[in-house]
Amino acid sequence: MSGTNGKGKLAIYWAASCGGCEISILGIDDKILELAKAFDIVFCPCIADGKVSDVEKMADGEIDVCLFNGGIRTSENEYMAQLLRKKSKVLVAFGSCATEGCIPGLGNLHSRQAIFDNAYQESFSTENPDRVRPQTKTPVPEGALHLPLFYETLRTLDQTVKVDYYLPGCPPESPKIWEALQAVIGGKLPPPGTVIGANTTVCDSCPRTRSEKKIKEFKRTWEVIPDETTCLLEQGILCCGIATRGGCGALCPQVNSPCIGCYGPNDDVEDYGARLFSALASVIDSQDPREIEEIIQKGIPDPVGTFYRFSLAGSQLRRSKRVAAS
Amino acid sequence: MSNVDPNFEPKIVGFFCNWCSYRAADLAGSARITHAPNVRTIRVMCSGRVDPTFIMKALSLGADGVLIAGCHPGECHYIEQNYKAMRRFHMLRHTLRAMGVEDQRVQLVWASAAEGQQLADAIDKMVAEIKQLGPLGWSQNWEENGQRLKALEDIVHEHQEAMEVPV
Repeated sequence: MSGTNGKGKLAIYWAASCGGCEISILGIDDKILELAKAFDIVFCPCIADGKVSDVEKMADGEIDVCLFNGGIRTSENEYMAQLLRKKSKVLVAFGSCATEGCIPGLGNLHSRQAIFDNAYQESFSTENPDRVRPQTKTPVPEGALHLPLFYETLRTLDQTVKVDYYLPGCPPESPKIWEALQAVIGGKLPPPGTVIGANTTVCDSCPRTRSEKKIKEFKRTWEVIPDETTCLLEQGILCCGIATRGGCGALCPQVNSPCIGCYGPNDDVEDYGARLFSALASVIDSQDPREIEEIIQKGIPDPVGTFYRFSLAGSQLRRSKRVAAS
Repeated sequence: MSNVDPNFEPKIVGFFCNWCSYRAADLAGSARITHAPNVRTIRVMCSGRVDPTFIMKALSLGADGVLIAGCHPGECHYIEQNYKAMRRFHMLRHTLRAMGVEDQRVQLVWASAAEGQQLADAIDKMVAEIKQLGPLGWSQNWEENGQRLKALEDIVHEHQEAMEVPV
């Protein structure tokens, strides 16, 4: 630990994310006091005042641990990822956004142009008669004002810089966060590259009864009130637990809601969505191509949003095909 | 598409099952049936072994198309794994459509060990279709335009120029 007071230095940063990861850190409750005993939080724009220039002035590797949440959507996100990588001994991709893109990564189904048109023009609540769009540079009498460049494609943290550990989840569950922080405090870090979660699927911690899976129809959650003891997938509800890393404690299926896959792929799975729809295909109870197509078309109207809800940016294809270069 | 490049030779990855379609390809060879040379064949034990990840990976690494070939439905050496392949294929196509990948780029055909000619025809047809579509070049989808590096440099300059309140 590098601080003069014997404490380590901790940084928590957010890039393209919602802020839920920070809330989840606060979810460790009174253990936050133990955290404060072990670490000085040297940089965390969400909860403490600090300037990027303070980080720039630090020596390389001065920060012991940086928990980086959020995907890389803009040039500012990328700059901060590079800066914090340089200044940190251990860089943790914290949460689903940093690990695999998460919901902001679904923007990869669209172009920057389409996203801007929607956000600044077409959306119901927008009034923008002058068709103003954000510019990276705007001259004003006092000088030039700058905004970061919005990228065409959101990238994950490890598509941008080297990452030491991954803490998946949207958000990561507080007990897992505390487990990871304790490993750091106690100097018992797992081998680099480790994903901190369980090395099994959500089904393993789900208390529902499972039997043979055969499905004739996928049902959307609003169509049925599921029975509380049988496997949700067997009831036709598209539950992602079969392909999703455990570690969350199967919280969603325990309250009658299907797993939506926020903990991402298990070890050795290269493409979460492919693994998920491959498993789902296996349980469709039909051998007739026309019927199969019908079951899929009717039950899964949004395949990317279903199979890659959290992992599009981190998947093998990363985004949809771009129509014309803008 | 009108601007078809006559020199474009598609790269197609083929996953052929050991028991029927790979033997069909073998037969096409020994019977000297000519077909387009664009398919790089990978022999798998069964079409049911073809994880959709393989196909995604092939496309992301530069393949212009992927051809999966297995035994006819009802004739699988492993009883019904080709049905599994079929269902996965439908899931995959549904997903790839939503990501803007044309249907012709990923195809599933059935070929028995006796159907060398049918397999050769399917290959020729697929190659012709992909020639019409042009290269896929998936990794180009990930490129940012030239502004990215400049934008990163700008941030460094801005921070240098930014006024600090004198102490």
